[in-house]
Amino acid sequence: MKTFIAKRLLSSLATLLVLSIIIFALVRASGNPAELLYEYPGAREEDIARQAAAWGLDQSWPEQYVSFVWNIARFDYGQSFQYGTSVRSLYFDRLPNSLLLAFWAFLISMAIGIPLGIMSAVKVDSLWDSVGKTFALLGLSVPSFFVALLLVLLFGVKLEWLPFLGKAEGFFDWQHLILPSLSLGWFFSGAMLRLTRSSMLEVLGSEYIKLCRLKGLPEKVVIVKHALKNSFIPVLTLAAVNLVVMINVAVVVEVVFSWPGIGRLLYDGLINRDFPLVQGVVVMAGVMIVGTNFIVDVLYGYLDPRIRLTR
Amino acid sequence: MVTATKTLLKVTDLYAQFTGFGGTRVVRAIDGINFTLDQGETMGLVGESGCGKTTTCHAIFRLLPPAGDIVSGSIEFDGQDLMQLSDSEMRSIRGRDMGMILQDPMASLDPLFTIMDQVAEPAHHHRGVRGGSLRERVVELLRSVRIPSPEIRMREFPHQMSGGMRQRIVGAISLSGGPKLIVADEPTTNLDVTIQLQYLNLLRDLQQETGVSLVFVTHNLGIVAKMCDKVAVMYAGKIVEQGSVRNIYNNPRHPYTQALIQSIPRLGNKDPLYVIPGQPPNLAELPTGCAFHPRCPFATEKCINEEPPYVSFGDGQESKCWLSVEEAKNG
Repeated sequence: MKTFIAKRLLSSLATLLVLSIIIFALVRASGNPAELLYEYPGAREEDIARQAAAWGLDQSWPEQYVSFVWNIARFDYGQSFQYGTSVRSLYFDRLPNSLLLAFWAFLISMAIGIPLGIMSAVKVDSLWDSVGKTFALLGLSVPSFFVALLLVLLFGVKLEWLPFLGKAEGFFDWQHLILPSLSLGWFFSGAMLRLTRSSMLEVLGSEYIKLCRLKGLPEKVVIVKHALKNSFIPVLTLAAVNLVVMINVAVVVEVVFSWPGIGRLLYDGLINRDFPLVQGVVVMAGVMIVGTNFIVDVLYGYLDPRIRLTR
Repeated sequence: MVTATKTLLKVTDLYAQFTGFGGTRVVRAIDGINFTLDQGETMGLVGESGCGKTTTCHAIFRLLPPAGDIVSGSIEFDGQDLMQLSDSEMRSIRGRDMGMILQDPMASLDPLFTIMDQVAEPAHHHRGVRGGSLRERVVELLRSVRIPSPEIRMREFPHQMSGGMRQRIVGAISLSGGPKLIVADEPTTNLDVTIQLQYLNLLRDLQQETGVSLVFVTHNLGIVAKMCDKVAVMYAGKIVEQGSVRNIYNNPRHPYTQALIQSIPRLGNKDPLYVIPGQPPNLAELPTGCAFHPRCPFATEKCINEEPPYVSFGDGQESKCWLSVEEAKNG
C-alpha cells in the first residue's frame, strides 16, 4: 500500500506539471492582456508596456513559468489582472456556490443515469431499453445550453414557477438551484446511463452470472449483489471525474443562469485574458481531478479484492 | 444398501431452438431427444462441438440463453414435469435439487465475493442454513472436494486459487444445496491434463458418497469409459445412439459412434490418428435425410432422402441408422 501511494503521488505530480505547462502556454496564446487597454481612448504604447511590466509580462516565458510554478507550490495563484485581488480568495469565494450546484447536479445525474442504465441492461431490447437509449442519446447530444434555455423558457418565462437568474443568499435556497442543476445533471446523466448499461450488460453475460442463475438465486440477488457490484468500477471512475468537471468547468450552465460559481469565474478570466485567474482555476481543477482519482483508486480496493490484495 | 433403482430424470421428445434475425433464422439445437437417467447413475453425453450437448444441459435447468426456447417435450425430474412448473418453482429446484458445473473455472466464480460466500449461497437460499452451521457446511463441502485447510481458504477470493482448485470449488457449489442431480458440462476441458484425472476421480468419489446422478458432457470417449454407466451420442441436435458403456464400446452400431471410437488416440499406436472427414453440419441448414450422411462411409441413396427411425435392441441399446434397421430386421 505504501509503495502504491508513493507511486500515485509521483505520477500525480507529473500530471500536474504537464497540465501547468499546457495551461501556461495556452493562456499566453490568447494574446497580450495589456493590449485590451487600447479600448480606452488615449491609451499609448508606453501605457500598455507599463501595464504589462506591472503584471510581470515583460519577463521571458521561462522566467514567468518558474515564478508561476514556484508560487503554486506555495499555494499562491497570484493577483487577478482584472480584479486586483488574489486568485485564491476569488476561487474560494466562489467554491461553495459551485459545490452546491455540482452536488445537486451530480445527484440528479446519478439518480437518473444509474437506475435507468440498470433497467436498460436487465430488460435489454425491451421498451425500458428503448426509453433508456433515447434518453442517453438526448442527454449526450443535446447541448446543455440548449436544455438550459428550454428550461428557462418553460419554467421561468412561460409558467413563471421558478427563478432562473443568479443565486439568492442562504444555503437552503432551493428555487434558484433547480433549473441550473437540472440542466447540468441532464448532460452527465446520459453518459452515466450508457456506461452503467454497457458495463451491466457485460457482467450479465458472464459465466459467473450464469452460474448464479444455475444456483437458483433469486433474480434480485443476482442483479443487486453480483451484477451491480461487478459493473460498478467503471461507473465509479466516470462519476468521480464528472463531479470535478461539474464543480470547476460548468461554464455554460453557470453563464446561462448567471450562477456565481467557478465556471463563470473561468469564463470571465478567459474573456479578459486574466492569466493568473485562468491558470489558477485550471490548476485547482487539475489538483481536484488528481485527488479524486486517487480516492477512487482507494475505493476500488474496497470494491474489488483483486485490486486490494495485489497492492 | 440395495435399493430399487428409480428413474430420476426422464427427457421425452425434447425440442429446443434458437431464433435469430427477427425470427427469420431458426436453429434447431435440440431436435427431439429422449433419455432416462436413474438415481445414482452417470450418463455421458458425447459429440462434437455444436451438436447440442450444452443446450441439452441448460434445457434441463430450463435456462436457455435469451434467444433460445424449449419448443416442446417434457422433462420429468424426480416425479414432476419441469415444463409445467412456474418460474419461481423452477428456480427453487435449481441449485437445490440440481447443480451444474460449468466449463471454465476461471470465469465461473464471481471475483468480488469470498469462496465462503459463494459456496454458501445454495445452502443459504434453498435449505435455510444460517450462521454457524452454514459455516460448518461450507467447511465440510470444501473438505469433501479436497481443498486443503478449508477454514482459511474459504475466506479467500477466487483469484487467489489455481484453476483446478476453482473447479473443485465450483463442484462444492453444485453440491451445496444437496442435489439429486449434477450436470457437469465438460468440467475438465480447461484443466491441465494432470489435474483432469484428479478431478474425475474426485467427481466419482463424490458421486459414490452422495449418491447423486450425474450427466457428464464431454467429447472425450476415454473419459466416458472411466466415468459413466451409459452413453448418449449426439449429432446435430439428435441422439444418434445410446446404450450402456460396455455395449457402445464393444458393439457400436451407428457409423458416427464407430468413427468416434476409431478416433480415440491409442498409446503405442504409430498409425496416423483417424479423423472423421468433413465437419459437423450447420444446424440452421441441416442435410436432408440422415444428418450424418455427407460424412458417413456407408451412406446410401436412402440415407440422403429419408431420416432413419430409432431402432431398439434387446440390451437397451438404441441406434438411429438405416443399417441398424437392417440389422434388427435380419435378427
